[in-house]
Amino acid sequence: MHRNPSRPMSPHLTIFKWGPHMLVSILHRVTGTGLATLGAALFVWWLVALASGPEAYAGFTAWLGALGGAGFTVEKDAWEWIKYAFWAAIGIGLTWALFQHMLSGIRHLVMDIGAGYELRANRLWAVMTLVGALLLTVLAWGAMILWRMAA
Amino acid sequence: MKMETPLGRVRGLGSAKAGAHHWWLERLTAVATLVLLVWLVVSLVRMPDLDHRTVAEWLASPLAAVPMLLLIIGMFWHLKMGLQVVVEDYVHSDGPKLAWIALINFLSLFGAGLAIFAVLKIALGAGAG
Repeated sequence: MHRNPSRPMSPHLTIFKWGPHMLVSILHRVTGTGLATLGAALFVWWLVALASGPEAYAGFTAWLGALGGAGFTVEKDAWEWIKYAFWAAIGIGLTWALFQHMLSGIRHLVMDIGAGYELRANRLWAVMTLVGALLLTVLAWGAMILWRMAA
Repeated sequence: MKMETPLGRVRGLGSAKAGAHHWWLERLTAVATLVLLVWLVVSLVRMPDLDHRTVAEWLASPLAAVPMLLLIIGMFWHLKMGLQVVVEDYVHSDGPKLAWIALINFLSLFGAGLAIFAVLKIALGAGAG
């Protein structure tokens, strides 16, 4: 198939003025791609480890602990801190991606029935998915940390 | 000047007439995944312990195994379609596009297959002991 490179392409990102709805739209795809690769791999690993017996499951939970920021108070050298921060960032990132994709997905479902296209409403709910995802991420991690401290 | 009618030129370049079905299934699997994921998180949080024995015994019961299988089907179907849309939108040359879509189809089927097999192994008794 022929493609004429001089034809304008849409969306023409370089001349668009960024707004929250655009950010939420592209974040939906970015978070979706992250969840579909990393998140799905983690999910499959969980089930396969569960089916493979206690030893495989312990191996999985050790990794999940690293993603969940386990061992925060343990003394570490600089390299171990970098590794720790790297895995914790992936764990937090996946949690946030899940909430962001979930909320912007619900927003898309509402828009699919034809609602929420008015400029102000559209903008408001775009911002709300961003705020909501951050809030839910903080809540989920707060609950996890409290739960671990209580255990 | 090519000896070609306007109809001959545009034939085969249009929609494959499968877009609406793809769109609808993406929404349907989104709702299924949303509901079942909430179910999974609530179930895990309510468990007294998350060790191997507790979780495996829970998953062996029909009322856990069946929703989990449905979650796997809905989630992997959804992620396969979502990744495909991303590739269709951003990969513009036909060869790489075809290769990516084939890879997405194979890998998501492989992932779903692994997950389904794992649940069945536990639920049908071989892994719970």
